Amino acid sequence: MKRRVFAYPYIVWMVLFIVVPMLFIFFYAVNVRGEWTLTKAWATLTDAGKWNVLWISIVMAFKTTALCLLLGYPIAYILSKMKPSVAGFISVLFFVPMWMNFVLRTYAWQAILEYFLPNVMESGARVLVRILPQEFVTRFWPELIGYRCASLTGTEGAVLMVLVYNFLPFMVMPLYNTLAKLDKSLLEAARDLGANSFTTFFRVILPLSVPGIVSGITMVFIPAITAFTVPALIGNGKYNLYGNEIELAFKTLSGQGDFAVGSTLSLILLLCVLVSTVIMNYFDKDQKEGGQMW
Amino acid sequence: MKKLFALLLCGMLLLGAIACTPKEDEEAADYSFADGDQYEYIGGELNVMSWGEYIDPELIPLFEAETGVHVNYIEIPSNEEMMIKLRGSEQTFDICIPSDYCIEQMIREDMLLELDQSKIPNVRNLSDTIMEISDKFDPGHKYSVPYMWGTVGILYNTKLVDDPVDSWGILWNEKYAGQIWMYDSVRDTIGITLKYLGYDLNTHSEEAVAAARDKLIEQAPLRKGFGADNMRSSMVNGKAALAVMYSGDAFACMDENEDLDYAVPMEGSNVWFDNAVILKNSKNVEAAHAFINFLNDANIAARNTEFIFYSTPNQGALERLDAYFTENETYNPPQDVLDRCEVFHDLGSFTDVFNAAWSEIKASK
Repeated sequence: MKRRVFAYPYIVWMVLFIVVPMLFIFFYAVNVRGEWTLTKAWATLTDAGKWNVLWISIVMAFKTTALCLLLGYPIAYILSKMKPSVAGFISVLFFVPMWMNFVLRTYAWQAILEYFLPNVMESGARVLVRILPQEFVTRFWPELIGYRCASLTGTEGAVLMVLVYNFLPFMVMPLYNTLAKLDKSLLEAARDLGANSFTTFFRVILPLSVPGIVSGITMVFIPAITAFTVPALIGNGKYNLYGNEIELAFKTLSGQGDFAVGSTLSLILLLCVLVSTVIMNYFDKDQKEGGQMW
Repeated sequence: MKKLFALLLCGMLLLGAIACTPKEDEEAADYSFADGDQYEYIGGELNVMSWGEYIDPELIPLFEAETGVHVNYIEIPSNEEMMIKLRGSEQTFDICIPSDYCIEQMIREDMLLELDQSKIPNVRNLSDTIMEISDKFDPGHKYSVPYMWGTVGILYNTKLVDDPVDSWGILWNEKYAGQIWMYDSVRDTIGITLKYLGYDLNTHSEEAVAAARDKLIEQAPLRKGFGADNMRSSMVNGKAALAVMYSGDAFACMDENEDLDYAVPMEGSNVWFDNAVILKNSKNVEAAHAFINFLNDANIAARNTEFIFYSTPNQGALERLDAYFTENETYNPPQDVLDRCEVFHDLGSFTDVFNAAWSEIKASK
């Protein structure tokens, strides 16, 4: 009984900053300029364009998660095989960028994609034209002369790449935790019973690392589906995801005192996040060990 | 050896510091009052809400020293966000600098204080031609005083564009795919497309808006994106060929890169105004009037416009500016450009139609 007292500040915090705002979102979805109405919310719910943006965001989140898993698993696996001291040092190097503000890192990518990379490619082309035999260039590679590289922002690929860059550590961390804790005797047993390294990996290591994979996916998929900063800064206002759609609704409409559209969109997104959490929890249910660091 | 190296390093650092010291050859700007105005001590606070980088930062301390008023300058990125702040925040604002159509909406909603003309004598400095256009959204200038004005047009890089830039149609030219910046603002972007298609800028026809929407959705694969301030560095660095821009921003870019030029297409465009207004719930009406009067002093207005590159409506200030400003057609558009430009009007409930179209345009890929 006594111990429960210590939870009160957190409960107050939770009610004030999580529950009450959610009620406000709900309130504004059905109350326009002091009037109770469902028309705005209904119009938003039946707007095919908005569902299309949601679909694009979900696909983008899937792509981000898949790429993070494909890149992150080998990294985590290699790290877990290293001596703890070396692995510690390398993982620090890996996570150092995370100490820097997320928005700043995204701004840095904006500058890299908008100016730095195109300039490097243009200078590269100029150097190649200089050093390659002129005949070779004119015959086989004429595009090289006067090559101009447009900036790389505003494309789907750029948004995807920066999303993967930003979320990769969130995938590697739980995977590394699970893989490092793996019982080595199981691997030795697999060897003893005649499994080659290929079979060991797919029959033993991979199934045992499922909890890490599940938390990694949760850590990446949910922030990716609600991504806002990356598409806003890298997408040039062209590759809008659902978060940007919500911002747009608030920006253009709330000047007229109308918060219904933005609030309804927020509720839909909230529902998506809840559904994904429930699905992840279902997979995570019977494996309560490991990968629970986050 | 080590000591020698350290000494060398110190020397290099010192050299660097000397090389970086700014040269003092520019003469200090003259911030005196043109008409020898005397301000009395007013005191208190003044909350001003306006756009970013939209005032010479030297001016605020000058006004503060003159009147003893403490000025809080709050920056916002768009008219729409200004309205959100005004409605939603507990803080009261004294002065805002909204645009034409937004002022109309504010007048309609009774948010503005009628100005006491006797407290802003410097309004006499304002140019008659400009006052005549700005009269269209605030008849008789009862509520607002023009602060800056300009046109919407196309800023283009003459090295990258070899077609003549005289029509909005160039923004749909596939030759420039991926190098076209559009402005991230609902009224401006739909507005110029309406003009291109031959409709009125303030149309209330759903068909016209639908046509503009389809035209802009068709443009999606060609454009680099919707930008605002970020377009400036992109254009200055030659990373895009064409950008829809306000004349003031365009002029500032042209000042930095001489390959850039600006044109107001023949189909016509928007001539816009950002006017200073005083809000009804202002707590320091005295200081608010004094601030507007201060900004309209010919000398102060000249300094301000030289700093931000937007066109001043102040005739007295124009007379003090270099030919670099006054003879530049971006800064000081000739009469035939003004003749084909319209002002924006508040659309009332029709705004919803624009907004719906805008969200479809923004979702197109």
